[in-house]
Amino acid sequence: MDYITWRSIYTVIVFVLFIGIALWAFSRKRKKQFDEAAKSIFEEDELSSTKQDNTKQESKNNE
Amino acid sequence: MSQISPQQIEYNLKVVRQFTIATVIWGLIGMALGTWIAAQLVWPELNFDIPWLTYSRLRPLHTNSVIFAFGTSALMGTSFYIVQKTCRTKLFSDKLAAFVFWSWQTVIVLAVITLPLGFTSSKEYAELEWPIDILIALSWIAYLIVFFGTLVKRRTSHIYVANWFYGSFIIVVAILHIVNSMSVPVSFTKSYSIYAGAIDAMVQWWYGHNAVGFLLTAGFLGMMYYFVPKQAERPVYSYRLSVVHFWALIGLYIWAGPHHLHYTALPDWTQSLGMVMSVILFVPSWGGMINGIMTLSGAWYKLKTDPILRFLIVSLSFYGMSTFEGPMMSIKSVNAISHYTDWTIGHVHSGALGWVAMITIGAMYYLIPRLWGQTQMHNVRWINIHFWLHTIGVVLYIVALWISGVMQGLMWRAVNAEDGTLTYSFVESVQASYPFWFIRFVGGLFIVAGMLLMIWNMYRTISAGKPTRETIDAAPREAATQSA
Ligand code: HEM
Ligand SMILES: [Fe+2]
Repeated sequence: MDYITWRSIYTVIVFVLFIGIALWAFSRKRKKQFDEAAKSIFEEDELSSTKQDNTKQESKNNE
Repeated sequence: MSQISPQQIEYNLKVVRQFTIATVIWGLIGMALGTWIAAQLVWPELNFDIPWLTYSRLRPLHTNSVIFAFGTSALMGTSFYIVQKTCRTKLFSDKLAAFVFWSWQTVIVLAVITLPLGFTSSKEYAELEWPIDILIALSWIAYLIVFFGTLVKRRTSHIYVANWFYGSFIIVVAILHIVNSMSVPVSFTKSYSIYAGAIDAMVQWWYGHNAVGFLLTAGFLGMMYYFVPKQAERPVYSYRLSVVHFWALIGLYIWAGPHHLHYTALPDWTQSLGMVMSVILFVPSWGGMINGIMTLSGAWYKLKTDPILRFLIVSLSFYGMSTFEGPMMSIKSVNAISHYTDWTIGHVHSGALGWVAMITIGAMYYLIPRLWGQTQMHNVRWINIHFWLHTIGVVLYIVALWISGVMQGLMWRAVNAEDGTLTYSFVESVQASYPFWFIRFVGGLFIVAGMLLMIWNMYRTISAGKPTRETIDAAPREAATQSA
């Protein structure tokens, strides 16, 4: 296959793939999953616990 | 350690703290260097007749320190933070992460030493000589392993979109750096590129263009997709758009590089292709910008009170501006005026100071209190003052250089109707540019003043706090929610 033919085919493949990705992303079935993904960064704060150096923190509070 | 029960995973925030401090300090240094060279263009005697301090040597030091010291430290630090938080696990390896930090800082220190001494491969944004190139490659591969290793051991099923952007940035920069730095060493401090002529130019701008696309764009978009929703306290406007945004951006960016080589020895069809691809690139760029800004829809009032959000959202509008300007400048007839003039520099800085620096500064103000066990920065009003200093500085900079750029372009092409000779000598165009270069210098002073305020604010916040220790339950998520 010569260069030009290969390039043309390649361009078409990439184009089709892109349309596919867009359809996939915007399909109704995916909506719920993507909404959850978007919200996932807000759960992490509930799941994790933050502490400073505990002893120091307590003594500060007692002051 | 003793307080952490075996079911708890402790995030590695130490390396994030290190990168955060490095980012702010290098930011100040890099921007101060920019202001210095801006002053040198107005008052050339500011090189003090010392070869090490000449414009030719300090300019690459400026670009290296803002892109690789300030920008890349910010990307490394924030990516380590985000990948841990969104994957709910700690870094793949603490030792390797420490290696990434120290090796990267070593690279920068070596740049600070070798560039003023005049060691350079003379490729823009890839000036560092081959021994440093090897260290960069090692550091980068370690970075890649830590980042992807963490993704692999994630405790979530979905990979949050910010990580996709960071991941693509890390992979592409590795490839760009290794391919473009291929050279034949002739001594410990000197090497020559293995590419020659037009091919060398093409490889160099394939590198240069995609470094902008993946380091200064995709990487910072990763930052945007995490910090904008977090600071706005609402999920991104459209997660599905962000998926399409990602694939469109990385699919298109690679092809637009020839816009750096219009009217050169590069084959004409390559230039035209680069032009068309650049114009199409406008679409995903604006898709991303709209996605970021619309995240605030329904909560615009927050902009009134939250200076961090201002930094983040205004950075997106600068991103939109420069991704509109860029495609326009890629059109060959426009490029015939803009190329080699200050217009290009103005364009670079609306991206660099508007987009890259502002999103980074916003992200740092978000992180610093959280990393040192505080609820907010030492002084929130100072953040607002910083915002205005920075904004005024950027606007002075880019408006001045638009005017001088278009003026230079027009002066250089002006010919006398009678005999076709040039109307202006080059020196006349330089002379006409002085007032605008002075305005840029003043803009730089504003920006550096803002960075000084930021350093002081950071110092006060850190000294009032203690390093944060953050843990997450190691039990599987389902189990955790059941027991709760
Ligand atoms: C106070 C802030 C800054 C000032 C005053 C400044 C000033 C300058 C000056 C005078 C030049 C040389 C222009 C010429 O050759 O005519 C330059 C080049 C450059 N700067 Fe900055 N700069 C600043 C911040 C930044 C930042 C934050 C970045 C990136 C994150 C950046 C990226 C660049 C790049 C990529 C170039 C090379 C442009 C090209 O070759 O086309 N600068 N800067
Ligand atoms: Fe480009």
